[in-house]
Amino acid sequence: MTAETAGIPGQSLISGRYTPYLAGAGIGILSWIAFGVAKDPLGVTTAYARTASLFAIPVLGKGAVAANSYWKQKPFALDYGVLFLVGMFLGAFLVALLTRGLKVETVSEAWKQRFGASAGVRMCAAFFGGAMVMYGARMAGGCTSGHGISGTMQMALSSWVFLIVMFAAGALTSGLLFSGGKGK
Amino acid sequence: MPPAGINPALLAIIMGMVFGGLLVFSKVTRGGCLTEQLRFRDFTVLKVMLTAILVGGIGVWVLVHTGHAKYAVKEANMAGVALGAVIFGAGISLYGYCPGTGIAAAATGSISAWVGLFGMMGGAIAYALSFDAVKKHILTIAALGKVRLPEMTGIPDLVFFALLGVGAVALFRWIEKTERRTAEIKS
Repeated sequence: MTAETAGIPGQSLISGRYTPYLAGAGIGILSWIAFGVAKDPLGVTTAYARTASLFAIPVLGKGAVAANSYWKQKPFALDYGVLFLVGMFLGAFLVALLTRGLKVETVSEAWKQRFGASAGVRMCAAFFGGAMVMYGARMAGGCTSGHGISGTMQMALSSWVFLIVMFAAGALTSGLLFSGGKGK
Repeated sequence: MPPAGINPALLAIIMGMVFGGLLVFSKVTRGGCLTEQLRFRDFTVLKVMLTAILVGGIGVWVLVHTGHAKYAVKEANMAGVALGAVIFGAGISLYGYCPGTGIAAAATGSISAWVGLFGMMGGAIAYALSFDAVKKHILTIAALGKVRLPEMTGIPDLVFFALLGVGAVALFRWIEKTERRTAEIKS
């Protein structure tokens, strides 16, 4: 590596070349605290499943939710996971505020180039995509955080299978979805 | 549960804040970041994840071996994990976020991330309603229990980490080289 291509380290930090690695290392160190102090690995989807029971009450009725075998296992509670999720929202907002990253965005550039600027199409995809994400995560027992980071670092079989299959399925779907384009 | 003297609720919120903050700092919450990773046009997600797995994994291994932590391995119900991963993978491709980046991106102002949060509520309700059937017919197939690769294969943890480390560094170097070349062509 020549001095020119390597650049000045300080400059690279500012320009952001190393920020993904720094953030990754930070998440790794946070995992030490999660395992060593909180005694609960980082993960987010169980908290979503617990919270969903609140949204289900007006749709299904209180009795049906209380009788549901899944929510009996994972009832709503302001537990570690749910508070962690609340913290995530606050922390993300704070960092975005401090780095001037707050921006109301409906349709990302990548999406616009393929499907056009229609917000309706984007929102439908986001809703159904989100529904699939959560259904799949609950069936598999974790998501990008619980399996993809916390599970793989424990060298768990289930988590490595999840990470590899998830990436392959995502790449295949994206390949099919984003081939061709409306923009450009 | 954390040891006495530490407020568990406060600990949870602070740890969540650090995690959410790091996701925004790493830029994986930008609209299209995950999509571009799945199309192999941007490797930010992979850089963050692999670094986290390596740094976290080696530290957690030390904690477990010195008696300061216990592993919390998820059940390897292979059919459930594999089928769930396929649905999840297709889902993140449509949504553009995963559950963690979704809530963080919502906090930065992404409307599609917000809509997806409600979609996720719908997905969780659908799962709860179908749970009995899924448990009976899918989660029982090839249920291997809470297994770890080192115990399964007889290969020590540190060999796995060494291989992963060498692979990750080689991959990172190749990615950085390719990205610099692309940047040079553009400028």
